[in-house]
Amino acid sequence: MIVAERKPLAEIVDMVKGHDKILVLACRGCVTVCSAGGEREAAILASLIRLGLQKIGSSAEVIEGSLVRQCDKEYIDAIDRWQGQYDAILSTACGVGVNFIANLRPGDNVYPALNTTFFGGSAQQGIWSEQCAGCGDCVLHLTGGLCPVARCAKSLMNGPCGGSVDGRCEIDRDVDCVWQLIYDRMGRLNRREELQAAAPIRDWSAAGHGGPRKQVRKDLTL
Amino acid sequence: MSFTPDIRLFSCHYTSQQSCGAELLKLGFPENIRLNRVSCTGKLQVTTLLKAFEEGADGVYVVGCPVDACHNVKGSLRAAKRVEAVRQALVELGVEPERVAMYHLPRGLHPEFINAGREMNERIGKLGPGPFRLDRQAETTLMGA
Repeated sequence: MIVAERKPLAEIVDMVKGHDKILVLACRGCVTVCSAGGEREAAILASLIRLGLQKIGSSAEVIEGSLVRQCDKEYIDAIDRWQGQYDAILSTACGVGVNFIANLRPGDNVYPALNTTFFGGSAQQGIWSEQCAGCGDCVLHLTGGLCPVARCAKSLMNGPCGGSVDGRCEIDRDVDCVWQLIYDRMGRLNRREELQAAAPIRDWSAAGHGGPRKQVRKDLTL
Repeated sequence: MSFTPDIRLFSCHYTSQQSCGAELLKLGFPENIRLNRVSCTGKLQVTTLLKAFEEGADGVYVVGCPVDACHNVKGSLRAAKRVEAVRQALVELGVEPERVAMYHLPRGLHPEFINAGREMNERIGKLGPGPFRLDRQAETTLMGA
């Protein structure tokens, strides 16, 4: 899922303080799962904005709403139901949602309530970790399913580097060296000799270095 | 400035059983504390606590079972997490975090329940009126804003 976290409250209040009617718009997709921008978090944020505005001697009508997702046009169109009830949308979706509202509703003010952080998962309640960088050229078949792009601080293709000590990364002793994990896992799978092959110089153009990426599926377009 | 704080208490059924009787006030429980009984404090949401501040409360506190003896196993632990979330939010708002508190107390009629109320009343009294009182204009700005 896409993982995100709420921006500092002062930053959010500063964004919206000039508006009289604010729609805090939750997303029932990834940010609900990671407890950052679902309906519950939007309700909390709406309350905090009212309190924050009250504290600085201001006020606004703050209402809440939610969409199934904020990354598809048909759901963005559903914002029409709040027409006239807001002069600014504070989206608790990831950055994709904020962009989609900006793309599709040119007359609406939209602000981000969250910082979108990474593609990750939760192996333990309340803890999320980055697992994928969306690099566009997956190498997981070569590394036992563990991603060196997202999980190695240097995104090395031929790791580990000299900073790997006791299975930990030199940037932080609490961070696993993913190349140690790869080495150990490939050993358990009796595939360690596959690691003898040197990975060639990588073409990063698929990772966004060639500009914004776009995908067209002609079998699905109408 | 002397004032009577508006304090809201959310207490679980088990730790506030004594509230059923008139003896609560006789024992010295502050009468300006509004008691809201809930089936389990684990059911309390962050929004419920924030709503109390929106309504103008100067202080809010929760009384739940002891952490290792909650009737619903982890109810009071969940409540403590939510109280902590509100504390952090108050810090972000530039408001004294002591305006919200969590107490883990044993069940039944006992002096700790009364003492917690008195302690909260004294603490909020010293802090003074909260910034969200409906009759008070804000005088300070958000931290970092």
